[in-house]
Amino acid sequence: MTYNFAFLDEDTKRMLRRALLKAVAIPGYQVPFGSREMPLPYGWGTGGIQVTAALLGPDDVLKVIDQGADDTTNAVNIRRFFHRVAGVATTEHTAEATLIQTRHRIPETSLREDQILVFQVPEPEPLRTLEPREAETRTLHALADYGLMHVKLYEDIAQYGHIATSYDYPVLVDGRFLTSPSPIPKFDNPKLDRSPALMLFGAGREKRLYAIPPYTSVESLAFDDHPFEIQRWEQQCELCGSGESYLDEVVVDDRGTRMFVCSDTDFCSGHRMEAQA
Amino acid sequence: MSALLQVRGLGRRYGQRIGCEDVSFDLHPGELLCIVGESGSGKSTLLNTVAAQQAPSSGSVRYRQRGGGWLELGALGEADRRRLAREEWGFVTQNPRDGLRLNVSAGANVAERLMALGMRNYSQLRGIARGWLERVEIDPARIDDAPTSFSGGMQQRLQIARTLVTQPRLVFMDEPTAGLDVSVQARILDLLRRLVNELGLAAVMVTHDLAVARLLAARTLVMQGGRVVETGLTDQILDDPQHPYTQLLVSSVLTT
Ligand SMILES: Nc1ncnc2c1ncn2[C@@H]1O[C@H](COP(=O)(O)OP(=O)(O)O)[C@@H](O)[C@H]1O
Ligand SMILES: [Mg+2]
Repeated sequence: MTYNFAFLDEDTKRMLRRALLKAVAIPGYQVPFGSREMPLPYGWGTGGIQVTAALLGPDDVLKVIDQGADDTTNAVNIRRFFHRVAGVATTEHTAEATLIQTRHRIPETSLREDQILVFQVPEPEPLRTLEPREAETRTLHALADYGLMHVKLYEDIAQYGHIATSYDYPVLVDGRFLTSPSPIPKFDNPKLDRSPALMLFGAGREKRLYAIPPYTSVESLAFDDHPFEIQRWEQQCELCGSGESYLDEVVVDDRGTRMFVCSDTDFCSGHRMEAQA
Repeated sequence: MSALLQVRGLGRRYGQRIGCEDVSFDLHPGELLCIVGESGSGKSTLLNTVAAQQAPSSGSVRYRQRGGGWLELGALGEADRRRLAREEWGFVTQNPRDGLRLNVSAGANVAERLMALGMRNYSQLRGIARGWLERVEIDPARIDDAPTSFSGGMQQRLQIARTLVTQPRLVFMDEPTAGLDVSVQARILDLLRRLVNELGLAAVMVTHDLAVARLLAARTLVMQGGRVVETGLTDQILDDPQHPYTQLLVSSVLTT
Protein backbone atom coordinates (compact mmCIF):
# COMPACT_ATOMS: atom_id res chain seq x y z
CA MET A 1 0.00 0.00 0.00
CA THR A 2 1.30 3.47 -0.83
CA TYR A 3 0.59 6.67 1.04
CA ASN A 4 0.62 10.27 0.07
CA PHE A 5 3.54 12.17 1.62
CA ALA A 6 2.92 12.33 5.39
CA PHE A 7 -0.07 9.97 5.07
CA LEU A 8 -2.86 12.55 4.64
CA ASP A 9 -4.04 13.48 1.13
CA GLU A 10 -3.33 17.01 -0.09
CA ASP A 11 -6.95 18.20 0.23
CA THR A 12 -7.05 17.21 3.86
CA LYS A 13 -3.74 18.94 4.52
CA ARG A 14 -5.01 22.08 2.82
CA MET A 15 -8.12 22.01 5.03
CA LEU A 16 -5.92 21.60 8.10
CA ARG A 17 -3.60 24.42 7.03
CA ARG A 18 -6.54 26.75 6.52
CA ALA A 19 -7.77 25.92 10.01
CA LEU A 20 -4.25 26.46 11.38
CA LEU A 21 -3.95 29.85 9.70
CA LYS A 22 -7.23 30.87 11.25
CA ALA A 23 -6.01 29.58 14.63
CA VAL A 24 -2.84 31.65 14.34
CA ALA A 25 -4.87 34.70 13.38
CA ILE A 26 -7.01 34.40 16.53
CA PRO A 27 -4.65 33.30 19.30
CA GLY A 28 -6.23 30.82 21.72
CA TYR A 29 -9.49 30.51 19.76
CA GLN A 30 -10.62 26.91 19.14
CA VAL A 31 -11.09 26.37 15.42
CA PRO A 32 -13.25 23.39 14.38
CA PHE A 33 -11.78 21.11 11.72
CA GLY A 34 -12.78 17.93 9.94
CA SER A 35 -10.75 15.45 11.95
CA ARG A 36 -9.74 12.38 9.91
CA GLU A 37 -9.47 8.78 10.97
CA MET A 38 -5.84 8.06 11.70
CA PRO A 39 -4.19 4.65 11.96
CA LEU A 40 -3.89 5.21 15.71
CA PRO A 41 -6.60 5.24 18.38
CA TYR A 42 -7.82 8.52 19.93
CA GLY A 43 -5.81 9.26 23.01
CA TRP A 44 -2.67 8.51 21.05
CA GLY A 45 -2.49 12.02 19.79
CA THR A 46 -4.45 11.88 16.55
CA GLY A 47 -5.05 15.66 16.73
CA GLY A 48 -1.35 16.40 17.07
CA ILE A 49 -0.50 13.88 14.37
CA GLN A 50 -2.83 15.54 11.87
CA VAL A 51 -1.31 18.96 12.61
CA THR A 52 2.18 17.53 12.20
CA ALA A 53 1.18 15.79 8.95
CA ALA A 54 -0.17 19.06 7.55
CA LEU A 55 3.07 20.91 8.35
CA LEU A 56 5.84 18.45 7.55
CA GLY A 57 8.04 19.06 4.52
CA PRO A 58 10.81 16.77 3.26
CA ASP A 59 13.51 18.89 4.92
CA ASP A 60 11.97 18.90 8.35
CA VAL A 61 13.63 17.25 11.31
CA LEU A 62 11.07 15.74 13.65
CA LYS A 63 11.29 15.14 17.37
CA VAL A 64 8.49 13.42 19.30
CA ILE A 65 8.25 13.37 23.08
CA ASP A 66 5.84 11.90 25.55
CA GLN A 67 6.07 13.11 29.18
CA GLY A 68 9.41 14.61 28.19
CA ALA A 69 10.90 11.33 26.97
CA ASP A 70 11.78 10.38 23.40
CA ASP A 71 11.79 6.64 24.09
CA THR A 72 8.27 5.87 25.33
CA THR A 73 6.00 3.67 23.23
CA ASN A 74 3.80 6.56 22.17
CA ALA A 75 6.72 8.76 21.11
CA VAL A 76 8.53 5.94 19.32
CA ASN A 77 5.39 4.92 17.43
CA ILE A 78 4.60 8.42 16.22
CA ARG A 79 8.21 9.07 15.21
CA ARG A 80 8.36 5.76 13.33
CA PHE A 81 5.04 6.50 11.67
CA PHE A 82 6.27 9.79 10.21
CA HIS A 83 9.61 8.37 9.27
CA ARG A 84 7.76 5.73 7.27
CA VAL A 85 5.04 7.86 5.64
CA ALA A 86 7.09 11.04 5.09
CA GLY A 87 10.67 9.80 5.15
CA VAL A 88 11.68 12.78 7.26
CA ALA A 89 14.75 12.84 9.44
CA THR A 90 14.09 12.41 13.13
CA THR A 91 16.08 13.47 16.16
CA GLU A 92 16.01 13.29 19.92
CA HIS A 93 17.82 16.62 20.29
CA THR A 94 15.57 19.59 20.87
CA ALA A 95 18.03 22.02 19.28
CA GLU A 96 18.19 19.99 16.03
CA ALA A 97 14.43 19.65 15.54
CA THR A 98 12.39 21.93 13.29
CA LEU A 99 9.13 20.42 14.45
CA ILE A 100 8.46 18.85 17.84
CA GLN A 101 5.30 16.93 18.61
CA THR A 102 4.68 16.61 22.30
CA ARG A 103 2.41 15.16 24.89
CA HIS A 104 2.50 16.52 28.48
CA ARG A 105 5.74 18.56 28.35
CA ILE A 106 7.56 21.51 26.80
CA PRO A 107 11.28 20.83 26.36
CA GLU A 108 13.62 22.45 28.89
CA THR A 109 15.93 23.72 26.13
CA SER A 110 14.73 27.15 24.99
CA LEU A 111 12.93 27.05 21.67
CA ARG A 112 13.68 29.28 18.68
CA GLU A 113 11.75 31.20 16.05
CA ASP A 114 12.46 28.52 13.44
CA GLN A 115 10.83 25.78 15.51
CA ILE A 116 7.22 24.67 15.86
CA LEU A 117 5.82 22.83 18.84
CA VAL A 118 2.72 20.66 18.24
CA PHE A 119 0.73 19.62 21.31
CA GLN A 120 -1.56 16.61 21.60
CA VAL A 121 -4.75 17.73 23.35
CA PRO A 122 -7.33 15.39 24.91
CA GLU A 123 -9.81 18.14 26.01
CA PRO A 124 -9.46 21.55 24.37
CA GLU A 125 -12.20 23.22 26.43
CA PRO A 126 -10.87 24.54 29.78
CA LEU A 127 -14.42 25.20 31.02
CA ARG A 128 -15.73 21.73 30.20
CA THR A 129 -15.65 20.21 33.70
CA LEU A 130 -17.68 23.17 34.97
CA GLU A 131 -19.96 23.68 32.00
CA PRO A 132 -20.82 20.54 30.00
CA ARG A 133 -22.95 22.35 27.38
CA GLU A 134 -20.92 23.12 24.25
CA ALA A 135 -23.25 25.94 23.08
CA GLU A 136 -22.84 27.63 26.47
CA THR A 137 -19.03 27.40 26.59
CA ARG A 138 -18.93 28.83 23.06
CA THR A 139 -21.04 31.78 24.20
CA LEU A 140 -18.83 32.28 27.25
CA HIS A 141 -15.79 32.47 24.95
CA ALA A 142 -17.57 34.82 22.56
CA LEU A 143 -18.33 37.17 25.45
CA ALA A 144 -15.01 36.57 27.25
CA ASP A 145 -17.16 35.71 30.27
CA TYR A 146 -14.63 33.73 32.30
CA GLY A 147 -15.67 34.14 35.94
CA LEU A 148 -16.44 30.43 35.94
CA MET A 149 -12.76 29.50 35.60
CA HIS A 150 -12.04 31.29 38.85
CA VAL A 151 -14.77 29.21 40.50
CA LYS A 152 -12.56 26.21 39.86
CA LEU A 153 -9.47 27.90 41.27
CA TYR A 154 -11.54 29.08 44.25
CA GLU A 155 -12.61 25.48 44.89
CA ASP A 156 -8.99 24.36 44.77
CA ILE A 157 -7.94 26.80 47.47
CA ALA A 158 -11.04 26.08 49.58
CA GLN A 159 -10.28 22.36 49.46
CA TYR A 160 -6.48 22.23 49.58
CA GLY A 161 -5.40 25.61 50.89
CA HIS A 162 -3.67 26.45 47.62
CA ILE A 163 -4.35 26.20 43.89
CA ALA A 164 -3.89 22.46 43.55
CA THR A 165 -4.33 22.34 39.78
CA SER A 166 -0.85 21.24 38.77
CA TYR A 167 -1.24 20.40 35.10
CA ASP A 168 -3.49 21.66 32.31
CA TYR A 169 -3.43 24.91 34.26
CA PRO A 170 -5.74 27.44 32.54
CA VAL A 171 -4.22 30.41 30.73
CA LEU A 172 -5.48 33.58 29.10
CA VAL A 173 -3.94 33.97 25.65
CA ASP A 174 -3.28 37.44 24.26
CA GLY A 175 -5.49 38.88 27.00
CA ARG A 176 -8.54 37.45 25.25
CA PHE A 177 -9.19 33.70 25.05
CA LEU A 178 -9.22 31.33 27.98
CA THR A 179 -7.20 28.36 26.78
CA SER A 180 -6.09 24.91 27.86
CA PRO A 181 -2.32 24.53 27.58
CA SER A 182 -2.95 20.74 27.25
CA PRO A 183 -1.96 18.51 30.20
CA ILE A 184 1.54 19.95 30.59
CA PRO A 185 2.68 20.56 34.18
CA LYS A 186 2.13 24.15 35.28
CA PHE A 187 5.93 24.20 35.55
CA ASP A 188 5.88 24.63 31.77
CA ASN A 189 3.30 27.44 31.65
CA PRO A 190 5.88 30.26 31.81
CA LYS A 191 7.52 28.79 28.70
CA LEU A 192 4.32 29.52 26.77
CA ASP A 193 4.51 33.24 27.48
CA ARG A 194 6.08 35.17 24.60
CA SER A 195 7.72 32.05 23.24
CA PRO A 196 9.74 32.63 20.05
CA ALA A 197 8.44 29.30 18.68
CA LEU A 198 4.99 28.82 17.19
CA MET A 199 2.79 26.60 19.40
CA LEU A 200 -0.01 24.61 17.80
CA PHE A 201 -2.57 22.45 19.55
CA GLY A 202 -4.59 19.60 18.03
CA ALA A 203 -7.53 17.76 19.62
CA GLY A 204 -8.51 14.83 17.37
CA ARG A 205 -11.54 13.47 19.16
CA GLU A 206 -12.96 16.94 19.85
CA LYS A 207 -12.06 18.15 16.34
CA ARG A 208 -10.51 21.45 17.46
CA LEU A 209 -7.26 23.26 16.65
CA TYR A 210 -5.81 26.31 18.33
CA ALA A 211 -2.57 28.24 18.37
CA ILE A 212 -0.30 30.45 20.41
CA PRO A 213 1.68 32.46 17.85
CA PRO A 214 5.27 33.53 18.59
CA TYR A 215 5.74 36.26 21.19
CA THR A 216 2.12 36.13 22.35
CA SER A 217 1.33 36.94 25.96
CA VAL A 218 0.12 33.92 27.94
CA GLU A 219 -1.08 34.57 31.48
CA SER A 220 -1.72 31.82 34.02
CA LEU A 221 -4.89 32.66 35.96
CA ALA A 222 -4.70 33.20 39.72
CA PHE A 223 -5.94 35.28 42.62
CA ASP A 224 -4.21 38.43 43.87
CA ASP A 225 -3.52 36.78 47.22
CA HIS A 226 -2.79 33.34 45.70
CA PRO A 227 -0.50 34.13 42.78
CA PHE A 228 0.51 31.59 40.16
CA GLU A 229 3.47 29.46 41.19
CA ILE A 230 5.34 26.64 39.50
CA GLN A 231 6.41 23.35 41.07
CA ARG A 232 9.75 23.32 42.89
CA TRP A 233 11.80 20.45 44.30
CA GLU A 234 14.14 20.13 47.23
CA GLN A 235 16.09 17.62 45.17
CA GLN A 236 18.25 17.95 42.10
CA CYS A 237 18.24 15.48 39.24
CA GLU A 238 20.23 12.46 40.44
CA LEU A 239 21.54 11.78 36.95
CA CYS A 240 22.66 15.21 35.74
CA GLY A 241 22.47 17.35 38.88
CA SER A 242 20.16 19.94 37.33
CA GLY A 243 18.30 22.10 39.81
CA GLU A 244 16.18 23.91 37.20
CA SER A 245 14.41 21.18 35.29
CA TYR A 246 11.09 19.42 35.88
CA LEU A 247 11.74 16.26 37.91
CA ASP A 248 9.96 12.91 37.86
CA GLU A 249 10.09 10.63 40.87
CA VAL A 250 10.81 7.15 39.57
CA VAL A 251 11.04 3.75 41.24
CA VAL A 252 14.38 2.20 40.36
CA ASP A 253 14.25 -1.30 41.85
CA ASP A 254 11.81 -3.84 43.21
CA ARG A 255 12.42 -2.72 46.79
CA GLY A 256 10.70 0.59 46.09
CA THR A 257 13.82 2.74 46.02
CA ARG A 258 12.97 6.09 44.45
CA MET A 259 14.96 8.79 42.81
CA PHE A 260 14.35 12.14 41.18
CA VAL A 261 15.40 12.52 37.57
CA CYS A 262 14.77 15.01 34.75
CA SER A 263 11.58 14.27 32.85
CA ASP A 264 13.23 15.75 29.72
CA THR A 265 15.57 12.93 28.71
CA ASP A 266 17.37 14.92 25.99
CA PHE A 267 18.04 17.82 28.35
CA CYS A 268 19.30 15.40 31.00
CA SER A 269 21.80 13.63 28.76
CA GLY A 270 22.97 16.95 27.32
CA HIS A 271 23.54 18.27 30.81
CA ARG A 272 25.51 15.14 31.76
CA MET A 273 27.75 15.45 28.71
CA GLU A 274 28.43 19.08 29.53
CA ALA A 275 29.37 18.11 33.06
CA GLN A 276 31.79 15.44 31.78
CA ALA A 277 33.42 17.74 29.21
CA MET B 1 -39.76 59.19 40.99
CA SER B 2 -38.90 57.73 37.63
CA ALA B 3 -39.70 54.07 36.99
CA LEU B 4 -37.03 51.37 36.83
CA LEU B 5 -38.97 49.17 34.47
CA GLN B 6 -41.70 50.03 31.96
CA VAL B 7 -43.70 47.17 30.51
CA ARG B 8 -46.08 48.08 27.68
CA GLY B 9 -48.52 45.84 25.83
CA LEU B 10 -46.29 42.84 26.41
CA GLY B 11 -47.34 39.55 24.84
CA ARG B 12 -45.74 36.17 24.36
CA ARG B 13 -47.23 33.33 22.33
CA TYR B 14 -46.17 29.72 22.00
CA GLY B 15 -47.30 29.05 18.46
CA GLN B 16 -51.06 29.68 18.62
CA ARG B 17 -51.20 29.36 22.38
CA ILE B 18 -51.16 32.53 24.46
CA GLY B 19 -48.55 32.64 27.22
CA CYS B 20 -49.35 36.20 28.24
CA GLU B 21 -51.02 39.08 26.41
CA ASP B 22 -51.21 42.87 26.52
CA VAL B 23 -49.54 43.33 29.92
CA SER B 24 -48.52 46.81 31.02
CA PHE B 25 -47.05 47.99 34.32
CA ASP B 26 -44.31 50.15 35.82
CA LEU B 27 -41.92 49.08 38.54
CA HIS B 28 -40.27 51.73 40.70
CA PRO B 29 -36.91 51.57 42.49
CA GLY B 30 -37.24 49.83 45.84
CA GLU B 31 -40.64 48.39 44.97
CA LEU B 32 -41.65 44.74 45.21
CA LEU B 33 -44.42 43.76 42.83
CA CYS B 34 -46.20 40.41 43.06
CA ILE B 35 -47.75 38.62 40.12
CA VAL B 36 -50.45 36.23 41.33
CA GLY B 37 -52.72 33.82 39.55
CA GLU B 38 -53.46 30.12 39.32
CA SER B 39 -51.22 27.63 37.58
CA GLY B 40 -51.11 28.21 33.81
CA SER B 41 -52.25 31.83 34.05
CA GLY B 42 -49.03 33.07 32.42
CA LYS B 43 -47.03 34.27 35.43
CA SER B 44 -43.76 32.57 34.53
CA THR B 45 -44.13 33.52 30.89
CA LEU B 46 -44.57 37.16 31.87
CA LEU B 47 -41.63 37.08 34.28
CA ASN B 48 -39.27 35.40 31.81
CA THR B 49 -40.28 37.78 29.04
CA VAL B 50 -39.82 40.85 31.21
CA ALA B 51 -36.42 39.51 32.32
CA ALA B 52 -35.47 39.13 28.63
CA GLN B 53 -34.96 35.39 29.01
CA GLN B 54 -37.30 34.94 26.10
CA ALA B 55 -38.30 37.31 23.31
CA PRO B 56 -41.71 38.98 23.40
CA SER B 57 -44.17 38.37 20.55
CA SER B 58 -45.51 41.90 20.96
CA GLY B 59 -45.05 44.97 23.13
CA SER B 60 -41.94 46.26 24.82
CA VAL B 61 -39.93 46.32 28.03
CA ARG B 62 -37.76 49.30 28.92
CA TYR B 63 -35.21 49.31 31.74
CA ARG B 64 -33.60 52.37 33.23
CA GLN B 65 -29.87 51.84 33.58
CA ARG B 66 -27.61 52.96 36.42
CA GLY B 67 -26.58 55.97 34.36
CA GLY B 68 -30.22 56.99 33.95
CA GLY B 69 -30.68 56.16 30.27
CA TRP B 70 -33.44 53.84 29.04
CA LEU B 71 -32.61 50.48 27.50
CA GLU B 72 -35.06 48.86 25.10
CA LEU B 73 -34.64 45.20 26.07
CA GLY B 74 -36.04 43.85 22.80
CA ALA B 75 -33.21 45.54 20.89
CA LEU B 76 -30.52 44.17 23.19
CA GLY B 77 -27.87 41.79 21.88
CA GLU B 78 -26.91 38.63 23.74
CA ALA B 79 -23.73 40.20 25.14
CA ASP B 80 -25.56 43.21 26.59
CA ARG B 81 -28.37 41.04 27.90
CA ARG B 82 -25.92 38.86 29.77
CA ARG B 83 -24.02 41.86 31.08
CA LEU B 84 -27.25 43.24 32.48
CA ALA B 85 -28.17 39.89 34.04
CA ARG B 86 -24.69 39.65 35.54
CA GLU B 87 -24.18 43.21 36.74
CA GLU B 88 -27.57 44.72 37.50
CA TRP B 89 -30.14 41.93 37.84
CA GLY B 90 -30.72 38.74 39.74
CA PHE B 91 -32.98 35.76 39.10
CA VAL B 92 -34.21 33.33 41.75
CA THR B 93 -35.76 30.14 40.38
CA GLN B 94 -38.44 28.04 42.05
CA ASN B 95 -36.23 24.99 42.19
CA PRO B 96 -32.93 26.01 43.80
CA ARG B 97 -31.21 23.22 41.90
CA ASP B 98 -31.82 25.18 38.70
CA GLY B 99 -30.25 28.30 40.11
CA LEU B 100 -27.32 26.78 41.99
CA ARG B 101 -24.12 25.21 40.74
CA LEU B 102 -24.47 21.87 42.49
CA ASN B 103 -20.97 20.53 41.81
CA VAL B 104 -19.16 23.30 43.70
CA SER B 105 -19.21 24.37 47.36
CA ALA B 106 -21.69 26.77 48.97
CA GLY B 107 -18.95 29.40 49.20
CA ALA B 108 -18.15 29.15 45.51
CA ASN B 109 -21.85 29.48 44.71
CA VAL B 110 -22.03 32.73 46.64
CA ALA B 111 -18.71 34.04 45.28
CA GLU B 112 -19.31 33.17 41.62
CA ARG B 113 -21.08 36.39 40.65
CA LEU B 114 -18.40 38.45 42.37
CA MET B 115 -15.71 36.62 40.41
CA ALA B 116 -17.69 37.18 37.22
CA LEU B 117 -17.51 40.89 38.02
CA GLY B 118 -13.74 40.62 38.31
CA MET B 119 -13.09 40.28 42.04
CA ARG B 120 -9.77 38.44 42.33
CA ASN B 121 -8.95 38.46 46.02
CA TYR B 122 -9.59 35.07 47.60
CA SER B 123 -9.74 36.14 51.25
CA GLN B 124 -12.08 38.99 50.38
CA LEU B 125 -14.35 36.57 48.48
CA ARG B 126 -14.35 34.24 51.49
CA GLY B 127 -15.19 37.05 53.83
CA ILE B 128 -18.12 38.22 51.74
CA ALA B 129 -19.38 34.65 51.21
CA ARG B 130 -19.30 33.99 54.97
CA GLY B 131 -21.14 37.22 55.63
CA TRP B 132 -23.85 36.31 53.16
CA LEU B 133 -24.27 32.79 54.49
CA GLU B 134 -24.84 34.32 57.89
CA ARG B 135 -27.29 36.80 56.45
CA VAL B 136 -29.41 34.00 54.98
CA GLU B 137 -29.12 32.03 58.23
CA ILE B 138 -26.74 29.33 57.06
CA ASP B 139 -23.92 28.46 59.45
CA PRO B 140 -20.77 30.00 57.87
CA ALA B 141 -18.89 26.88 59.00
CA ARG B 142 -20.65 25.15 56.11
CA ILE B 143 -19.00 27.40 53.54
CA ASP B 144 -17.07 24.51 51.99
CA ASP B 145 -19.94 22.03 52.00
CA ALA B 146 -21.68 20.95 48.81
CA PRO B 147 -25.17 22.42 48.32
CA THR B 148 -26.38 18.87 47.70
CA SER B 149 -25.85 18.23 51.42
CA PHE B 150 -28.30 21.06 52.26
CA SER B 151 -32.05 20.78 52.85
CA GLY B 152 -34.41 22.28 50.27
CA GLY B 153 -34.96 25.37 52.41
CA MET B 154 -31.23 25.89 52.89
CA GLN B 155 -30.63 25.47 49.18
CA GLN B 156 -33.19 28.18 48.49
CA ARG B 157 -31.57 30.48 51.03
CA LEU B 158 -28.21 29.76 49.43
CA GLN B 159 -29.63 30.68 46.03
CA ILE B 160 -30.91 33.94 47.49
CA ALA B 161 -27.44 34.73 48.89
CA ARG B 162 -25.83 33.82 45.56
CA THR B 163 -28.20 36.16 43.73
CA LEU B 164 -28.09 39.11 46.12
CA VAL B 165 -24.34 39.10 46.81
CA THR B 166 -23.67 41.58 44.00
CA GLN B 167 -26.44 43.89 45.28
CA PRO B 168 -28.47 43.81 42.07
CA ARG B 169 -30.82 46.71 41.33
CA LEU B 170 -33.61 44.43 40.17
CA VAL B 171 -34.46 40.86 41.13
CA PHE B 172 -36.86 38.45 39.47
CA MET B 173 -38.25 35.57 41.52
CA ASP B 174 -40.44 32.74 40.30
CA GLU B 175 -42.31 31.08 43.17
CA PRO B 176 -39.22 31.03 45.41
CA THR B 177 -41.08 29.31 48.25
CA ALA B 178 -43.36 26.93 46.36
CA GLY B 179 -42.56 23.28 46.93
CA LEU B 180 -41.26 23.89 50.45
CA ASP B 181 -42.87 22.97 53.77
CA VAL B 182 -45.06 25.72 55.21
CA SER B 183 -42.74 26.42 58.17
CA VAL B 184 -39.73 26.54 55.83
CA GLN B 185 -41.67 28.88 53.52
CA ALA B 186 -42.43 31.26 56.37
CA ARG B 187 -38.77 31.50 57.29
CA ILE B 188 -37.73 32.28 53.73
CA LEU B 189 -40.47 34.87 53.32
CA ASP B 190 -39.35 36.60 56.52
CA LEU B 191 -35.82 36.55 55.24
CA LEU B 192 -36.82 37.97 51.87
CA ARG B 193 -38.86 40.72 53.50
CA ARG B 194 -35.91 41.70 55.67
CA LEU B 195 -33.40 41.66 52.79
CA VAL B 196 -35.68 43.57 50.44
CA ASN B 197 -36.00 46.29 53.08
CA GLU B 198 -32.31 46.34 53.99
CA LEU B 199 -31.11 46.47 50.41
CA GLY B 200 -33.91 48.60 49.01
CA LEU B 201 -34.38 46.05 46.26
CA ALA B 202 -36.76 46.38 43.38
CA ALA B 203 -38.26 42.98 42.62
CA VAL B 204 -40.89 41.22 40.59
CA MET B 205 -42.08 38.06 42.28
CA VAL B 206 -44.36 35.42 40.90
CA THR B 207 -46.54 33.48 43.32
CA HIS B 208 -49.79 31.57 43.26
CA ASP B 209 -50.19 32.35 46.95
CA LEU B 210 -52.02 35.55 47.90
CA ALA B 211 -50.70 35.31 51.44
CA VAL B 212 -47.19 35.71 50.06
CA ALA B 213 -48.25 38.82 48.18
CA ARG B 214 -49.87 40.22 51.32
CA LEU B 215 -46.66 39.72 53.29
CA LEU B 216 -44.20 41.14 50.76
CA ALA B 217 -45.75 43.31 48.12
CA ALA B 218 -47.24 46.75 48.27
CA ARG B 219 -48.63 46.24 44.79
CA THR B 220 -50.04 43.16 43.13
CA LEU B 221 -51.02 42.20 39.64
CA VAL B 222 -53.61 39.43 39.19
CA MET B 223 -53.43 37.26 36.07
CA GLN B 224 -55.94 34.96 34.44
CA GLY B 225 -55.59 33.24 31.09
CA GLY B 226 -52.48 35.22 30.22
CA ARG B 227 -54.03 38.63 30.90
CA VAL B 228 -53.89 41.00 33.84
CA VAL B 229 -57.42 41.17 35.24
CA GLU B 230 -56.76 43.38 38.21
CA THR B 231 -53.90 45.48 39.52
CA GLY B 232 -53.44 47.75 42.51
CA LEU B 233 -52.38 47.95 46.14
CA THR B 234 -52.20 44.46 47.59
CA ASP B 235 -54.29 45.27 50.65
CA GLN B 236 -57.01 46.80 48.53
CA ILE B 237 -57.10 43.82 46.20
CA LEU B 238 -57.34 41.41 49.11
CA ASP B 239 -59.89 43.41 51.10
CA ASP B 240 -62.02 44.58 48.21
CA PRO B 241 -61.41 42.54 45.05
CA GLN B 242 -63.17 43.99 41.99
CA HIS B 243 -62.78 41.31 39.34
CA PRO B 244 -64.83 38.09 39.78
CA TYR B 245 -61.70 35.99 39.30
CA THR B 246 -59.86 37.88 42.04
CA GLN B 247 -62.90 37.51 44.28
CA LEU B 248 -62.74 33.78 43.69
CA LEU B 249 -59.00 33.67 44.46
CA VAL B 250 -59.44 35.70 47.63
CA SER B 251 -62.34 33.67 48.90
CA SER B 252 -60.47 30.42 48.25
CA VAL B 253 -57.56 31.70 50.34
CA LEU B 254 -59.90 32.68 53.15
CA THR B 255 -61.63 29.33 53.24
CA THR B 256 -58.44 27.24 53.29
N1 LIG C 1 -42.47 26.52 26.58
C1 LIG C 1 -43.81 26.49 26.39
N2 LIG C 1 -44.32 25.97 25.25
C2 LIG C 1 -45.65 25.96 25.03
N3 LIG C 1 -46.54 26.45 25.88
C3 LIG C 1 -46.10 26.99 27.03
C4 LIG C 1 -44.71 27.03 27.35
N4 LIG C 1 -44.57 27.61 28.55
C5 LIG C 1 -45.81 27.91 28.99
N5 LIG C 1 -46.72 27.54 28.07
C6 LIG C 1 -48.17 27.75 28.18
O1 LIG C 1 -48.42 29.11 28.44
C7 LIG C 1 -49.41 29.26 29.43
C8 LIG C 1 -48.87 30.01 30.63
O2 LIG C 1 -47.90 29.19 31.27
P1 LIG C 1 -46.98 29.72 32.45
O3 LIG C 1 -46.45 31.03 32.09
O4 LIG C 1 -46.00 28.65 32.77
O5 LIG C 1 -48.02 29.88 33.63
P2 LIG C 1 -47.81 29.93 35.20
O6 LIG C 1 -46.39 30.27 35.48
O7 LIG C 1 -48.77 30.96 35.66
O8 LIG C 1 -48.17 28.58 35.73
C9 LIG C 1 -49.91 27.87 29.74
O9 LIG C 1 -51.02 27.60 28.92
C10 LIG C 1 -48.76 26.98 29.36
O10 LIG C 1 -49.19 25.72 28.98
MG1 LIG D 1 -44.91 29.16 36.67
